[in-house]
Amino acid sequence: MTVEIRIPTVLRPAVGGQSVVKADGETIGELLASLAGEYPAVAGQVIGSDGAMHRFVNIYLNDDDVRYLSKLDTKVADGDVVSILPAVAGGSDCLLHRQ
Amino acid sequence: MGVLKISRELITRMISHALDEYPLEACGLLGGDAEVAKEVYPARNDAASARVYTLNPLDHLRADRASEAAGHGIIGVYHSHTHSEAYPSQTDVAQAPDPGWHYVLVSLKRRYPVVRSYRIEAGTIVEEDVVEL
Repeated sequence: MTVEIRIPTVLRPAVGGQSVVKADGETIGELLASLAGEYPAVAGQVIGSDGAMHRFVNIYLNDDDVRYLSKLDTKVADGDVVSILPAVAGGSDCLLHRQ
Repeated sequence: MGVLKISRELITRMISHALDEYPLEACGLLGGDAEVAKEVYPARNDAASARVYTLNPLDHLRADRASEAAGHGIIGVYHSHTHSEAYPSQTDVAQAPDPGWHYVLVSLKRRYPVVRSYRIEAGTIVEEDVVEL
């Protein structure tokens, strides 16, 4: 089935500037493989060399984080929306410069 | 030098959020168009720490949807430094997710809050002007 994938700004250059792309698959893993097949530059930024989700990326199926579902084996259905979001973190633990 | 254009109201909301969360770090996202901030989206800090933050992914998703619905997009992130200056840390640089984003720091170290904005690309920090709209 074909599912809509929302692309974060940081990955849009890798998909021709699009904010939303469509991909085919029965699971999140198949969708991402399909996406990477069409846009090879996406591959290493979403799936790590070990075949698992990159730890600096969050993937949502509608309102659910797929890490709390079945990760890449999570089934998708018609009308679902998959969102790829960069993990956002930081902090003051070690300043580079003091003013 | 880059620039972040933002209203006093939005700056005040970021500072208020930082004060509300003190002594823990506060974090949130900026919605807008390129160099113009149109909205701030406070988010939960999943790390619940005075030294680090992890922006709640579901809050990120909701902010992303809200900004798209408003005809904008996410253009940056803000967070507070409760006991240090408004300058990016090694962690901020290492984990900066998007070279196109504005990285806003709200420091509560001094008597009055200090707000500064930076670009972080390939490990390089460049401060940009914060211009009130």
